[in-house]
Amino acid sequence: MTETPLTTPQPTPLQATPLDALHRGLGARMVPFAGYAMPVQYPAGIIAEHNQTRNSAALFDVSHMGQAKLIGAGAAAALERLVPGDIIGLKPFRQRYTLLTTDAGTIIDDLMVATLPDALFLVVNASRKAVDFAHIAAQLPGGVTLAPMQDRALLALQGPKAVEVMARLSPEAAALPFMGVADTRVGGHACLVSRSGYTGEDGFEISVAAGEAEALARALLAEPEVGPAGLGARDSLRLEAGLCLWGNDIDETTNAIEAGLVWTIGKRRRAAWDFSGGPALRDILAAGPARQRVGILPEGRAPARAGTEILVDGRKVGTVTSGGFSPTLGAPVAMGYVDSAHAEIGTTLALSVRGQALPARVAAMPFVPHRYIR
Amino acid sequence: MSETRYTRDHEWVRLDNGTATVGITVHAQEALGDLVFVELPAPGREVAAAEACAVVESVKAASDVYAPLAGKVTENNATLAADPALANRDAEGEGWFFRLVPSDPASFASLMDRAAYDAYVAENA
Repeated sequence: MTETPLTTPQPTPLQATPLDALHRGLGARMVPFAGYAMPVQYPAGIIAEHNQTRNSAALFDVSHMGQAKLIGAGAAAALERLVPGDIIGLKPFRQRYTLLTTDAGTIIDDLMVATLPDALFLVVNASRKAVDFAHIAAQLPGGVTLAPMQDRALLALQGPKAVEVMARLSPEAAALPFMGVADTRVGGHACLVSRSGYTGEDGFEISVAAGEAEALARALLAEPEVGPAGLGARDSLRLEAGLCLWGNDIDETTNAIEAGLVWTIGKRRRAAWDFSGGPALRDILAAGPARQRVGILPEGRAPARAGTEILVDGRKVGTVTSGGFSPTLGAPVAMGYVDSAHAEIGTTLALSVRGQALPARVAAMPFVPHRYIR
Repeated sequence: MSETRYTRDHEWVRLDNGTATVGITVHAQEALGDLVFVELPAPGREVAAAEACAVVESVKAASDVYAPLAGKVTENNATLAADPALANRDAEGEGWFFRLVPSDPASFASLMDRAAYDAYVAENA
């Protein structure tokens, strides 16, 4: 028997998602991520799970993400002070990707916002939910309240066959347009479903009560097209799709213009610039950003990981923010920031990997075409 | 007659007629996951014991591979370089990394035998 000395600091225990037992039963390798024990992969492995998503359908547990409702008649106007997206103009049961921005126009977090009859429904990153919710709550006018949704799970069903699977369990959800939202039943469980995801494929994100999550997940996994996929595949899929990961590609040191997210600034918002960071972003857009987020294709087989220096003529011109191996291309891919003079597609770069300067070039993103339903 | 020994860094080394063949263990490849890239030492390179002399990368991360013995590299596995997943499929066979002639063959005896390595893995699981 081992006694734990009182002086030894104990690590904060990891939180478990409502699907923890299911993951362990499936043989998942669990890793700490944003304070949660999460499946990084199942026995099939990251590449097989990645290909399952691209070729058929895969189920991801993203219950670690933050879900909240913003309630009150002025909710949309209140949120518009904090984000560049058009929220007032967002139609009922539609969802939009937007950003929480600092006064400097840098990115506190990226998030999804959907309009429900009684509230706005927000989904934020796991690692940022405490920061986001405090930031939003501190700036709300009277009559608008932020209500974090406890005891909810979030599942992502992604892949070209996701819609066939969904049609069997929820015809209403299967009929959604891209970025549409439904308050409906999936396999008999009350769910909030959106036609969206983080893989570049068609698919759905499904919010469900924690107590019903395992039954729903098992029902989805029982469909022949569906296999489980972990965070490892989620990362390689989003990188191929050219999608940003907060903490890697965007954060409070990167502004929305250099990040290539100018498209998230609504047309009406771009006339008034009346949101946190609006004036700063207006000025950066007018002057042109000093650096830009670009796609990078290394020429050889060696992956260039986050933090890799990007060189031109031996001089540092930027840094890789995400990089790895693309199972779909069978080759390494990366994204990062480079000085704007070197951001044009086709520009030759070098990547400093273990002391060698490996040739690479600026490439268009996504690396693998999106297949959203339009 | 060949004999195989193991390191705390999860390399295996097999000594045949004065040449050592080096790779990563089945346990190591399981822990790393799908392998997508290897960088191998060039023939002729002199390596010190425990020197990082090869790199293996999974989808998720890069790891160093250390020389289990000091010596001179004689050969690397071009088949593995072209197909890194070979080390997933046959880590302790066709998925070998490189060969070297040890400068001090007696140091081989200081590495773990199979039973000691299995106990080490079980202890650190």
